[in-house]
Amino acid sequence: MTTTQLVGLLPELEVIRADFPILERTVAGGLPLVYLDSANTSQKPQVVIDTMVDHLERHNANVARAMHALGAESTEAFEGGRDRVAAFLNAPSRDEVIFTKNASEALNLVANTLAWAQGPLRVGEGDVVVTTEMEHHSNIVPWQLLTERTGATLKWFGITDDGHLDLANIDELISERTKVVTLTWVSNMLGTINPVAEIARRAHEVGAIVVLDASQAAPQLPVDVVACGADVVVFTGHKVVGPTGIGVLWGRRELLEQLPPFLGGGEMIETVRMEGSTYAGIPHKFEAGTPPIVEAVGLGAAVDYLSHIGMDAIHRHEQAITAYALEGLQTVRGLTVLGPLDAAERGGAISFELDGVHPHDVAQVLDSRGVAVRAGHHCAKPAHARFGVQSSTRMSSYLYTTPAEIDALVDGLEYTRSYFKLG
Amino acid sequence: MMSHELDSLYQDIILDHAKRRLNAGLREPFEAEVHHVNPTCGDEVTLRLHLEGDVIRDISYDNQGCSISSASASVMTELLIGKTVAEAKPIHDAFLEMMRGKGQVEPDEDVLEDAIAFAGAAKLTARIKCALLSWMAYQDALVRAQEESDV
Repeated sequence: MTTTQLVGLLPELEVIRADFPILERTVAGGLPLVYLDSANTSQKPQVVIDTMVDHLERHNANVARAMHALGAESTEAFEGGRDRVAAFLNAPSRDEVIFTKNASEALNLVANTLAWAQGPLRVGEGDVVVTTEMEHHSNIVPWQLLTERTGATLKWFGITDDGHLDLANIDELISERTKVVTLTWVSNMLGTINPVAEIARRAHEVGAIVVLDASQAAPQLPVDVVACGADVVVFTGHKVVGPTGIGVLWGRRELLEQLPPFLGGGEMIETVRMEGSTYAGIPHKFEAGTPPIVEAVGLGAAVDYLSHIGMDAIHRHEQAITAYALEGLQTVRGLTVLGPLDAAERGGAISFELDGVHPHDVAQVLDSRGVAVRAGHHCAKPAHARFGVQSSTRMSSYLYTTPAEIDALVDGLEYTRSYFKLG
Repeated sequence: MMSHELDSLYQDIILDHAKRRLNAGLREPFEAEVHHVNPTCGDEVTLRLHLEGDVIRDISYDNQGCSISSASASVMTELLIGKTVAEAKPIHDAFLEMMRGKGQVEPDEDVLEDAIAFAGAAKLTARIKCALLSWMAYQDALVRAQEESDV
């Protein structure tokens, strides 16, 4: 199959690739880089790099407290990042967009403040929190900590053999005692796209709040926080062609206003007296200390870049590449894909096993051919355990991935088989 | 990494040990059993140590891991079983020194025998822990077995 025959690829893919300077470099002694680890972190377009450099070179100052020209420029750029993220998410209000360190911190923010909340949101003894077996550790461990500390119970949806959430016991899991239902939109290991709206509807029927981990969804699906049905949506900057060090928590205004502060410090207060303090309104209530300023500026440029190309177009590209990869991977003898085999049901991360070769060894051989993939448990040990495997190899594509790169992966896997002398 | 580095990592000795996994399986008797995990990749080893006086009578293990970690367990048991604890110590020390030497330590083949094949892995930050997993498990098991005998 040649590139031109693949329906859905981004037009002018070479132009897009030229936006990402790192894709020009070589590795392994002169081989072109084949970067298939975008679910781990995405590469950055020149516009994000330039925007961040420009901010540091020309506008750097602290935000919201420096009474000078640079302070005003920096504040405007930082808050401009918030506006851009709000637009990217189709959020009803920019104040509902909270900047955190990453998606993990955003999830920990929610889990902790639910324990500290007064009133109906409070998670305490006898309450139930529901997560799923296919989560990244960052959407399991904060809820284990919450339920262990409060005496609440953690329950979870299992996974079917074909890699979907097992909703057979949904009535048992989502009951009158359920306070929180949290799930990933797109699995980082299986690639599965979950039926968020349906689960959210069921959760809301019993008055539970819905927390959605969009870390793998935000890079590749059009996100509309209202339409998706969740009360809280989190994602991380570095997977949406933005910088590391910044994550996003979107929450419904009424919910965020009812939650107590997470971290205390500068910027999150209204006034401080030794006897006690009052707190700023959202979003600043949840942003203690100097925020990731240049990261927010870079993230704003990143989501603008994606929106300019169009999330629908990026999604079509991912589906075309994913379908092509699924087809190619299945030609490799002894290779088993973990997760749905229909590209329409999944995102662009494909985990697989190669019979007779450990994932580390697969990744090592691929690396010697310039192909970068991830090997290990991908921070999803329970999902691996569900399929009786300890680790897997994962390729993950993005808007700059070409069919030729998938061919390089498949060739590399054939080479891996021969390297380890598999018949 | 380049392809010649690949060959220096996956030397025949390593591929051979990874396939044969000498002394694999968990056996009785034993004085100490430990379970070690490499949290970054999830590789695991359960290792049992059986001492008779000062002699290492048996090291048995069950592991899940890459060829480097499997081969390393195999080589280690081949080298250490039958030796006294005192004879094993310089071998263990030399292996740790090589693996922690960032590829700069010239290994002594007289001491390390087959284990010098891991010199290639020592140059790769991501693989050092793979090679060290079972050796650290042995060290832990030894401490526990000796504590046990002191009681």
